[in-house]
Amino acid sequence: MKGPDVNEGDRPLAKLALRPPRAPRVVSGLSPGNTPVLILGATSPMARGLATALAQSGQPIYLASRDVEECARLASDLRIRHGVTVFHGHFDAGDLESHLPFLGTVLEALGSLEGVVSLVGTMGEDPATLDPFKAEQIIRSNYLGVVSILGACAQHFESQRRGVIVGVTSVAGDRGRQSNFVYGSAKGALSIWLSGLRNRLHSKDVRVVTFKPGFVDTAMTYGKPGTFCVASPMAAGRAMAWALHGGPDIVYYPRMWRLIMAIIQHIPERVFKGMKL
Amino acid sequence: MVLPVRECELSGWGRHPVQRCGVLRPDRYGDLSRIEADTLPRGLGRSYGDSSLNQGGRVVEMTRLNRILEFDETLGILVAEAGLSLAEVAEIFLPRGWFLPVTPGTKFVTLGGAIASDVHGKNHHGEGCFSAHVAWIELFTPALGRLTCSPEEHPEIFWATVGGQGLTGIIGAMALQLKPVSSLWMEVTHHPARELESAFNLLSDPEADAPYTVAWIDCLAKGRELGRSIFMAGHHRTEKNLPPAKAPRSKPLIQAPFNFPSGCLNSLTVRAFNGVYYRRNGRKRFPFLSAMDPFFYPLDMVGHWNRIYGRRGFVQYQSVLPPGTAFEGVKAQLEEISAAEAASFLAVLKRLGAAGPGHLSFPTEGYTLALDLPYRGPETEALLKRLDAIVLKGGGRVNLCKDAHLSPESFRAMYPRFEEWLGVKAQVDPEWMLQSSLSRRLRMKEGA
Repeated sequence: MKGPDVNEGDRPLAKLALRPPRAPRVVSGLSPGNTPVLILGATSPMARGLATALAQSGQPIYLASRDVEECARLASDLRIRHGVTVFHGHFDAGDLESHLPFLGTVLEALGSLEGVVSLVGTMGEDPATLDPFKAEQIIRSNYLGVVSILGACAQHFESQRRGVIVGVTSVAGDRGRQSNFVYGSAKGALSIWLSGLRNRLHSKDVRVVTFKPGFVDTAMTYGKPGTFCVASPMAAGRAMAWALHGGPDIVYYPRMWRLIMAIIQHIPERVFKGMKL
Repeated sequence: MVLPVRECELSGWGRHPVQRCGVLRPDRYGDLSRIEADTLPRGLGRSYGDSSLNQGGRVVEMTRLNRILEFDETLGILVAEAGLSLAEVAEIFLPRGWFLPVTPGTKFVTLGGAIASDVHGKNHHGEGCFSAHVAWIELFTPALGRLTCSPEEHPEIFWATVGGQGLTGIIGAMALQLKPVSSLWMEVTHHPARELESAFNLLSDPEADAPYTVAWIDCLAKGRELGRSIFMAGHHRTEKNLPPAKAPRSKPLIQAPFNFPSGCLNSLTVRAFNGVYYRRNGRKRFPFLSAMDPFFYPLDMVGHWNRIYGRRGFVQYQSVLPPGTAFEGVKAQLEEISAAEAASFLAVLKRLGAAGPGHLSFPTEGYTLALDLPYRGPETEALLKRLDAIVLKGGGRVNLCKDAHLSPESFRAMYPRFEEWLGVKAQVDPEWMLQSSLSRRLRMKEGA
């Protein structure tokens, strides 16, 4: 049985109060030191923050993204600044067939794998498109591709009976808004998938974290009106590194987004549908 | 992928002028390969005037392209992207025994900015400009695409880019020769100079010379005390048995929290500051140990120190005069400033070595005076005109990366190699895709 989850408010309080106290099963995160981590979507600024935080604690890293040249630059930067082992390679989330062989290469390079963080995703040109092909692209990169590669990693962790999976979704996945609902629905689906995966792997001592960033200072928010309290991608990456090592199963970053999204989720649909969001 | 644009009010470090620009901030190196019309690269915005501004156009902020690509531990050659700051270079490589070969008075500048302004430091008389230590640069030009330039390969493009204020292309990456140092300590000696003549004597005295020399000068001193200064000479300590020194800080110690009211820096407060500063520092006549930060970057300790000049900002005026006319010229400038009571608590006098090969590079042999003047509208502009006239008469020039008021005519008189530079510009960017507020103010496009 799963322990009470601080982040999920969907359980009736009365039940919680009546249930006899039981020690929750603790699934530990990564221990610092020689614990290799795979970063998918490594060219995003948040991934750089994460890689920096991991490199500072001396962990071997594998950077993977579609843009190999960019990955090579990031890898040499980490090696020279922090003196850690960094590998890099090509990974295309949309190319599902390549995922299993890709995981093989990663395992071969790192020797073992203890954690994986997926920052894969794109808003696309129009995150609220009604064009089915454009929508398919968004869903493929934000949901299908991630499900495929994290699924492969989950099998690996399940068999070695340890490991940590961090899936980066978005607060946009918590409720559909007219400005980005295609992107939001893919991210929301990923959140639900991660929740199910967490449930499945809990008994196998594999930790699954859903990481939901709010506004982070990246190209997605840069110069956009209406953004507020924008967090630095380096700090967001650091929070991801903490999530690898322990803490709640669902992380909102910055933390106030938990409150904001709780309010937004509780607006009655009758009112919400008329709002300009 | 098209980069998002952030429209905002932008200024140089002097906070005057303030102009509206659309800022692009590439995250990936590949983003540089397509340069749109009316663009200008910008680093950390530490140039003072309008050389990093492009009113109504685009500005490419390079700060996220700051990856270190290679480092040769034995030779000290650093290959990095142009957005890397000198602060980061010092932070990462000082503990490994390598320091910047040349560093300006702030470490919050990018490598690319240091080349585009061809910065110099307290060791210019010995080591030359920053560009003298650059092995090669990777330049993204509108007409010729991606190029590697060095003093050997495409030398004319290299020397046009050095000091070229970002107008010949976007510098993407570069190789820099670092300098080995064996400790984090500096040994510094101060010599007080009662008036200008003794300051000049100290600056040119081979006895007092050191790898790093500079003189702080009291701009408000008048009459017999005109040019009262403190000559500071320093060198790296090499002994191994020194106590551990503080490594340079990557962030300022304190922050100036808000714009100070404009009247805060008046001749009274600055006079008081200068008096105390002169007496306190003039006393240190015997060599003493100093950490790197207070010696090289005293002002970096206060974040946003430009705010103390108030909302209207300030202009920094830096000129160099050849040795023959320098004394009279500096004296005339100091008299103007002192008479105008234009308070400047940061003024430095320094001897420069021979000029480098950069077409628009500022340093030439002689003496350079740099001062901050609070911006007070037409009054300040008139003063700057009078200072320009003094510099022109003496055959000197004004530093473009600090300038905001120079006229197109004076610019051409001060930079005789401008025509040569225009030849390269026609080659790399014939359509003037790269422009800045400075290039338009100096009507660079209209020819020599």
